[in-house]
Amino acid sequence: MAELAERLLARERAAVSEALNCIDDQRPGARDRAIELLSTLERDGEDGGALRVGVTGAPGGGKSTLIDACVRALRAEQATVGIIAVDPSSPRTGGALLGDRFRMRSSARDPGVFVRSMAARDRLGGLADASHASVEVLASAFDVVFVETVGIGQSEADVARQVDTTVFVAQPGAGDMLQFMKAGVLELPDLLFVNKADTGPAAERTANELRAGLGLGERKSADWEPPILLGSARDGTGIGELLDTIRAHRRLLEKTEQLVPLRRRARANFVEETLLRRYGTWGAERIGGRDAIGARVVAACDESRESVFELLNVLADEIERGG
Amino acid sequence: MTTQRDRPWMIRTYSGHSSASASNALYRSNLDKGQTGLSVAFDLPTQTGYDADHPLARGEVGKVGVPIGSIDDMQTLLAGIPLERMNTSMTINATAPWLLALYVATAERQGIAPDQLAGTTQNDIIKEYLSRGTYIFPPEASMRLTTDVVSYTVAEIPKWNPVNICSYHLQEAGATPVQEIAYSMANAIAVLDSLRERTDFAADALPRAFGRISFFVNAGIRFVEEVCKVRAMTAMWQEIGRTRYGVDDPKLLRFRYGVQVNSLGLTEAQPENNVVRIALEALGVTLSKNARARSIQLPAWNEALGLPRPWDQQWSLRTQQILAHETDLLEYEDLFDGSHVVEERTAALRDAAQTELDRVLQIGGAVAAVDNAYMKQRLVESHTARVRAIESGEQIVVGVNQFRETETSLLTTGDGSILEVDESAEREQIARLEAHRRARNAHDVEAALQQLKDVIAQGGNVLPPSIRAAHAGLTTGEWANALRAVFGEYRAPTGVGGAASSAPNEATDDVRQRVHALAEQLGRPLKMLVGKPGLDGHSNGAEQIAVKARDVGIEVVYDGIRLTPGEIVQSAADEGVHVIGLSILSGSHGVLVVDVIDGLREAGLADLPVVVGGIIPDADARALEAAGVRRVYTPKDFDLTAILGEVVDVVSTAHG
Repeated sequence: MAELAERLLARERAAVSEALNCIDDQRPGARDRAIELLSTLERDGEDGGALRVGVTGAPGGGKSTLIDACVRALRAEQATVGIIAVDPSSPRTGGALLGDRFRMRSSARDPGVFVRSMAARDRLGGLADASHASVEVLASAFDVVFVETVGIGQSEADVARQVDTTVFVAQPGAGDMLQFMKAGVLELPDLLFVNKADTGPAAERTANELRAGLGLGERKSADWEPPILLGSARDGTGIGELLDTIRAHRRLLEKTEQLVPLRRRARANFVEETLLRRYGTWGAERIGGRDAIGARVVAACDESRESVFELLNVLADEIERGG
Repeated sequence: MTTQRDRPWMIRTYSGHSSASASNALYRSNLDKGQTGLSVAFDLPTQTGYDADHPLARGEVGKVGVPIGSIDDMQTLLAGIPLERMNTSMTINATAPWLLALYVATAERQGIAPDQLAGTTQNDIIKEYLSRGTYIFPPEASMRLTTDVVSYTVAEIPKWNPVNICSYHLQEAGATPVQEIAYSMANAIAVLDSLRERTDFAADALPRAFGRISFFVNAGIRFVEEVCKVRAMTAMWQEIGRTRYGVDDPKLLRFRYGVQVNSLGLTEAQPENNVVRIALEALGVTLSKNARARSIQLPAWNEALGLPRPWDQQWSLRTQQILAHETDLLEYEDLFDGSHVVEERTAALRDAAQTELDRVLQIGGAVAAVDNAYMKQRLVESHTARVRAIESGEQIVVGVNQFRETETSLLTTGDGSILEVDESAEREQIARLEAHRRARNAHDVEAALQQLKDVIAQGGNVLPPSIRAAHAGLTTGEWANALRAVFGEYRAPTGVGGAASSAPNEATDDVRQRVHALAEQLGRPLKMLVGKPGLDGHSNGAEQIAVKARDVGIEVVYDGIRLTPGEIVQSAADEGVHVIGLSILSGSHGVLVVDVIDGLREAGLADLPVVVGGIIPDADARALEAAGVRRVYTPKDFDLTAILGEVVDVVSTAHG
């Protein structure tokens, strides 16, 4: 695994794919290898590392096209990009159609762009099981990581926990703002992008609705008021400004020392989720419940600098031994 | 005899292959056999705007039609054919303005003025997004080019049909008769509406433009219903002309359509039965005099096996001639006037089609319904339902899912039973292209290219500068690239994501259990890449496999059409799939599949199993298997669940 980690940090493309397969592998032996890999990457990535961007919004709003436009702009600056595109799974059959890449033409044959599609699996509308770990893998090998999810339900919250900046993509005339506000979705993004702004007044109206919606909700951070940008993924309008704003948000996180805690919370969340999925609430109760697990993870991050992924194994052992 | 015998429809054969000179020889011999019009099939690089030496053209040059790279090729293609007396139909869409420009320029060089020309450019881009896949530009830009052709021909080539709205490909993509009527009408409305919005188009020319819109209709085996379908379309089109566009001249209101009968229902098993199917299908569009086709081309009985030979095409030609000249079909007035059975079915189709048309118009018309995949999803669903009905035996296909016992076919045995395009065709076409580039005047080319770009940028009509560029010797790829630079390229939604899944049954449950068991063994869910290499845009097969694979619990990566072998290899590597399924219907499997296999080996993925589906002759299938392909599927393999069961076996063996 140390060798795989090295190849990853050397940005070897085949290693990225291999690491993602390993993380996805549910067999016990593979699971241990994945934890080992993640621990190595974790120690190397404390300074912030790659820019992690979440992109969410209703289906059909142009998320893939927007990411494609961003990728083109980033490639022009020589930045490399890794993308995780999540599509829903059929709850009945477990099958999934992962067809997002058809809009990402800029990735074709470009060694600086990597796309992995993932099925949401048992998380209805949410992120794939392995996506947090996958973000870490991509972040070790690429300058910028995008996570795209189909914008319903739980996924927004999941994305927001794992990235530096969450972008909500809205399309004009989609009268579903109220739904998003009800769902609390508008409290999560750090940035809103109204796509297809070439539609003129309709885009302005949508931007105004969003502004009004944001005013009602609770602000995520005192230092950052989520900006609402207008542009068009199709013709590239507003993409430069979007990327500048994403970077400005990242700089603010660094300056206000929020970035490291953010990453720790993401890891803590991953550990909790993994344990809950593996052992259920009943299992978690055996070592004091969800809150207790969270506290120990945070403590591990803050004090002992122990790897949270190694901690995952420790906690799993405790649960299996009966607390 | 009750009345004077009606004139027969125009009798054509859809053909073209290898090179302009080989196709010219074929056309001339077909005309000698009594064919009364031309129907030109272009190869995929010509249809999608690539020169023969472009990487995406590899393996596709001269395969499904004739390669036309410049005016040299067009002149060779039409040599010795009297253009002022010919009626030429060109199956060309994204590059329609360019091929029309080459046709006009060729005529001009023969001293024939544009207004003497008669013919049809297919030029129906919307169905390309839905079914056939040879689009290049985004919908808005494509609509502009479409209406450029309409606007130009209405003024300059009055006998030209600038747009042939295709319900044909909708049926091939699985459309029910109702969908076929509704979506083709929606497509025609999209063209006429966007023509009406053009400031450079005189409002009083709109009725004439309406009168020049023709249709290209499919005829399936349920030929009584097809009679009702074309009668419903006739009535509906007149109604649209009167109410939406204010047309009152009965001549301009006529629903004029050409036909190619159904290829989807032609079988690879017992292929001689297709002769009967083709003849019955021709009845559906000729029986009713008031709704009779104006031109017909019949497919060849063996096209599910490979490219038909001249003799196979002659059989289709003779079928038409027997129907037109031996039978008494043309001696009567409309057979169905007063038939309450036909009238009732016609009215029912029309009502249902009107409801569906209204739905499309309500979501913003056909262009919007492409972008949001509404129509595509409905088609994928209908096609899925059809495939399932055949799988379950509910829909009988003779020789396929019933009555399968058969004598050995005496027609399909032996060498030379299909047409093999000489692999040297591509090399020779590239050599011709290079010679052409060397011979032309670089200054003229540059000036013509600049003028073309200027006119596009200024929003002018693309035809006049294209005709000039044709004379100057611009190539097909150069013309398309000039437009790509302004309009960009488009990827249409695949429509598979929203397709409803099937009701579970025993067979799919069984495969699903095996998929899940294998996933346990592999440590993660079974992941499959469905890929369409090359320029072939017929994606129905790939889409059906993708949907079915999802339904048996596989995680499917489907990236849509027109991928290079290199892109497919990269996608497979990045996505971490367990198996690749490739679909190719253009006959270029020999080159493209081997390129994928070679690419996998170079990427260190030699063990990744590949299965292939397509129109693949037996000998080719053996060659592909020798090259490392694990399974080859052809149209006779209609049971998708069984195919996926075998895919599970293939993965299990490869990773076991």
